Amino acid sequence: MTDSKYFTTTKKGEIFELKAELNSDKKEKKKEAVKKVIASMTVGKDVSALFPDVVNCMQTDNLELKKLVYLYLMNYAKSQPDMAIMAVNTFVKDCEDPNPLIRALAVRTMGCIRVDKITEYLCEPLRKCLKDEDPYVRKTAAVCVAKLHDINAQLVEDQGFLDTLKDLISDSNPMVVANAVAALSEIAESHPSSNLLDLNPQSINKLLTALNECTEWGQIFILDCLANYTPKDDREAQSICERVTPRLSHANSAVVLSAVKVLMKFMEMLSKDLDYYSTLLKKLAPPLVTLLSAEPELQYVALRNINLIVQKRPEILKHEMKVFFVKYNDPIYVKLEKLDIMIRLASQANIAQVLAELKEYATEVDVDFVRKAVRAIGRCAIKVEQSAERCVSTLLDLIQTKVNYVVQEAIVVIKDIFRKYPNKYESVIATLCENLDSLDEPEARAAMIWIVGEYAERIDNADELLESFLEGFHDESTQVQLQLLTAIVKLFLKKPTETQELVQQVLSLATQDSDNPDLRDRGYIYWRLLSTDPVAAKEVVLAEKPLISEETDLIEPTLLDELICYIGTLASVYHKPPSAFVEGGRGVVHKSLPPRTASSESTESPEAAPTGAPSAEQADVIPPQGDLLGDLLNLDLGPPVSGPPLATTSVQMGPVDLLGGGLDSLMGDESEGITGTNFTAPPAAVPATLGAPMGSGLNDLFDLNSGVGSLSGSYVAPKAVWLPAMKAKGLEISGTFTRQVGSITMDLQLTNKALQAMTDFAIQFNRNSFGLAPAAPLQVHAPLSPNQTVEISLPLSSVGSVMKMEPLNNLQVAVKNNIDVFYFSTLYSLHILFVEDGKMDRQMFLATWKDIPNENEAQFQIRDCPLNSEAVSTKLQSSNIFTVARRTVEGQDMLYQSLKLTNGIWVLAELRVQPGNPSLTLSLKCRAPEVSQHVHQAYETILKN
Amino acid sequence: MIHSLFLINSSGDIFLEKHWKSVVSRSVCDYFFEAQERATEAENVPPVIPTPHHYLLSVYRHKIFFVAVIQTEVPPLFVIEFLHRVVDTFQDYFGVCSEPVIKDNVVVVYEVLEEMLDNGFPLATESNILKELIKPPTILRTVVNTITGSTNVGDQLPTGQLSVVPWRRTGVKYTNNEAYFDVIEEIDAIIDKSGSTITAEIQGVIDACVKLTGMPDLTLSFMNPRLLDDVSFHPCVRFKRWESERILSFIPPDGNFRLLSYHVSAQNLVAIPVYVKHNISFRDSSSLGRFEITVGPKQTMGKAIEGVIVTSQMPKGVLNMSLTPSQGVHTFDPVTKMLSWDVGKINPQKLPSLKGTMSLQAGASKPDENPTINLQFKIQQLAISGLKVNRLDMYGEKYKPFKGIKYMTKAGKFQVRT
Repeated sequence: MTDSKYFTTTKKGEIFELKAELNSDKKEKKKEAVKKVIASMTVGKDVSALFPDVVNCMQTDNLELKKLVYLYLMNYAKSQPDMAIMAVNTFVKDCEDPNPLIRALAVRTMGCIRVDKITEYLCEPLRKCLKDEDPYVRKTAAVCVAKLHDINAQLVEDQGFLDTLKDLISDSNPMVVANAVAALSEIAESHPSSNLLDLNPQSINKLLTALNECTEWGQIFILDCLANYTPKDDREAQSICERVTPRLSHANSAVVLSAVKVLMKFMEMLSKDLDYYSTLLKKLAPPLVTLLSAEPELQYVALRNINLIVQKRPEILKHEMKVFFVKYNDPIYVKLEKLDIMIRLASQANIAQVLAELKEYATEVDVDFVRKAVRAIGRCAIKVEQSAERCVSTLLDLIQTKVNYVVQEAIVVIKDIFRKYPNKYESVIATLCENLDSLDEPEARAAMIWIVGEYAERIDNADELLESFLEGFHDESTQVQLQLLTAIVKLFLKKPTETQELVQQVLSLATQDSDNPDLRDRGYIYWRLLSTDPVAAKEVVLAEKPLISEETDLIEPTLLDELICYIGTLASVYHKPPSAFVEGGRGVVHKSLPPRTASSESTESPEAAPTGAPSAEQADVIPPQGDLLGDLLNLDLGPPVSGPPLATTSVQMGPVDLLGGGLDSLMGDESEGITGTNFTAPPAAVPATLGAPMGSGLNDLFDLNSGVGSLSGSYVAPKAVWLPAMKAKGLEISGTFTRQVGSITMDLQLTNKALQAMTDFAIQFNRNSFGLAPAAPLQVHAPLSPNQTVEISLPLSSVGSVMKMEPLNNLQVAVKNNIDVFYFSTLYSLHILFVEDGKMDRQMFLATWKDIPNENEAQFQIRDCPLNSEAVSTKLQSSNIFTVARRTVEGQDMLYQSLKLTNGIWVLAELRVQPGNPSLTLSLKCRAPEVSQHVHQAYETILKN
Repeated sequence: MIHSLFLINSSGDIFLEKHWKSVVSRSVCDYFFEAQERATEAENVPPVIPTPHHYLLSVYRHKIFFVAVIQTEVPPLFVIEFLHRVVDTFQDYFGVCSEPVIKDNVVVVYEVLEEMLDNGFPLATESNILKELIKPPTILRTVVNTITGSTNVGDQLPTGQLSVVPWRRTGVKYTNNEAYFDVIEEIDAIIDKSGSTITAEIQGVIDACVKLTGMPDLTLSFMNPRLLDDVSFHPCVRFKRWESERILSFIPPDGNFRLLSYHVSAQNLVAIPVYVKHNISFRDSSSLGRFEITVGPKQTMGKAIEGVIVTSQMPKGVLNMSLTPSQGVHTFDPVTKMLSWDVGKINPQKLPSLKGTMSLQAGASKPDENPTINLQFKIQQLAISGLKVNRLDMYGEKYKPFKGIKYMTKAGKFQVRT
């Protein structure tokens, strides 16, 4: 007697038969019939035709039958909304049943019937159940609110269910708390702006108490909710961490990982000197290791997360290398992830072991895995210098195996090793050349060609080798073609006599016979270089290449920080922020790690660098990927390259962008593939002068008729107190920013409210969005005696280091005197960054306006500004916002305006002025839409003063 | 939260679907089938598969894929843990978890799934609570139900559901009160060609079978609790007590449960109880290869090694093998190239060995990869880490229970490279 009997069909037609049985008088027969219906449903058969008959069976005392009918209703009510109404009465009655199980069942099922008409009837019973005396009913009702919200959000808000749900967070029963949190989290996800889970120390305390007592699933909900909270100081962070750590020993891996998330996030706030900090670090390792002994699916998710954790805090797992060693019967997805982490953990201490393992893996069966293992050997060589020699010899051994894909991978990584350690391992070139014929993948061919071109002087038959590639030039992929072109030009520059013909041939192939614009352009550039100035060509093409950095595939720091907040979620599996893949971007809130609390002893914060140092610090480090500049210019940043300090002029590079790709190719920096618009583009020869933007020549091309900037100077805001005396041991600083005749100044007023004199003043800025930095030291000549005030104008430059701030116009400042170092941050109005040559030519304006995609357009209202268009225009002009054109449409004046920021970003504006209406409409278009709202604020400030 | 669940067998048929929110068309599984096709073996199907509107999270157990469909950002571990829990529950209910059994009990399965999740939120996943709500099918009950018309759905609210000890029901009564604990350790190890250990770690568990009347409060202490520095507990264990005194104090669930699992990491020295001597050689010219392996005991603390099974995936180039074992039986499947040798018990006086020749594809070059040897074995009455239970005490009840402790060491993923 098994349920499989329900699947047998009769000749007459199943539905017909079932209908008869459902209407039978015998209870037992009815139940059997309903079971048959359910069985058909589970395998996806459509039994919706039986709807009225099944609903008729609903009024019964038999709980099993009732449950079965409910199951059916949930599946099919939507297709038969009118019939579903028939069921309402029973539900309402059941919600009053003395048995809590039945009350809960009724309210639960009602919520699952996604029919609008039913939801109206649901409200009253639900309200009662939310206040039910039995916690089982309350916790079921909590979830029901989430269900209802999904069907009809407005109804839930109107009926005040959200408030009731919030009250349940303080319920006495931990299970009810957990379900309320879960329901609220789910609702909050579809309303990112609503402040549903308003966390404060009291509610946090309640959650932490419930955490200890609720089920494993409830713990996950509560921990995920805790992770969204930002403690007010490091002490609170520590106390939450202490109460969360026991969860690391939970048997449920999801609980463990959620706990890890909370700890990783709050750790950010703890000072590293704290004993507790190191204790916590130690406690994090074992649970992560334990996750790796679970089922492979769990291992996979754990490994993806460990990958993030290892990048953020490598110290946690640095001794645990061995657990990441691959077992031969691990599923392939686990193997590949383990390999990734092994490389991240590789260090001088364990490199011998790692290499031995990798060599073992390189002889396995699975092709993908073997390839990755070979690549990993190369990455080890680049990461741990001491091991490079051993890695190279291992790779040579592998090349000897002659296994086609192993050889190809090995050659690709050897190319990188050559770049990292120039003039060290070139003796192996001969061996590589032997394998030329077996290469059939573009990447390997390109790598080999690069090697031949780069070391042409050491390879006797380099010309023959390259010539052999040239024969099938048109069948090669673009990557190989580009590489071949560059390699032959290199060869020509090194051995001009024998290879003239070859270079002619490749140039004509590239420029005349190719359809690929990249290839053609590169060909032409070489051609012209070679024909006009071979010496310059040599300098450009054979220039010293920037070294490649150790780790090429690190996640950029800002993204990493965001992902740490998403540990244990899908985002952490894909290593992408939810905004990148959650459907429609609905409910996505950017999360960020909490800032370390700036307690006075913390020497960690960047502002605390020696403040007396010359303040006009040059940017000699290439800003990290993903910083503002990258975002704004939309440059295709390659992997971080630690090269010569080329980026000094990075801030003015905007206009040069056009040439970036070409110049880059000239540099012979081929490692990034074909059209790498690399960041290190400008030739090193261009001097990085402070005052004149280096792109000025190009700028002139764009705005030949740029109007003379008005000399009257722009709007100056009144001074505001930036640093109250209370916080700075008696030093009060107030100030403002001004822009006059092309230069930015920070007008400071220092007041000594302490009882002793102050001396030795110095100032420094943290890196900021627009590279603002003091252009001169802070000069306070005499000691500042008590109750004295001095006014200082500090000139600023905008060529300092760049780092995206939140908000964009945030500036963090450190001021030092003989007493201490003080920190404060202030917001500046963007108009101080509007440069004098910000007038765009009409045609240019039109073209640019069209060129910028519409989604970059932002619209704002400026209220209470009773000026006519003339006055508006004059006022804005004095702050370097230039009116390019004017049009009158239906009585409204349309002003088309342009402005340019110090870093070369153009902002185009359309301002609509309606006579008699004090509101102005402002539309802004910019390639970097982030700045729009700040430009709008600047407009407001200028117009209203 | 979890939207739907599909059960798919290895031939790619969806044989059960359950939806906790609106119905998701089963065509969503097409993305899963694509991934399944791409992966050469069922084990290699990636556990997280994105589709344009949903995410598919799957686990593969008992030759069945359990595929959960989610739509919003849900912790994947939460889903995967839940799926494993579903499998465990089925196993608990029906003894085995297989396609025919699930089909035979489809209504119970459906009822159970409905109780486990509500709107995608876990509702009751503890098996003792579930069993009070939906009674597991037994032959007797089926007969009784048919005669009396009673049901296998409980109509009382399970008592444990909301108490402070949700894992235990009240009013438990036994005539024989007993508590058994099994300390089971699995060694995961990789041994290299020369016989030295590359990595070795121990995954240990203490499984319990407690049948005690009333509300007993147990404490379990160890001779050497310092070994346990990486542990995961059943929710019943009082964590504070463990932190301060290194004593396990708990009110046990009724019946079988896993009290704790622990991990002795690769950094500690792990004793390796067996060794394998091997000589597998392929020669370039000849189409014959030599094969010889011997298994022997190493650090066994005087206990016997039993249930030894040696398996190895031979390279594709091996056509057949002609071998003679000194004991046990061996098989070689020329299609899958899987060699399996059931050795049985190791006699230290006369070590078991397997010798012979392999015939290779004529003319082919020698295989690139070396076969890895997989070892299974069991050692009774030994916890290889040295963990020992000191004593078990019971408070809160008056009677004297019968207590028992058993130790066992097993091979987990024990691999020898050649």
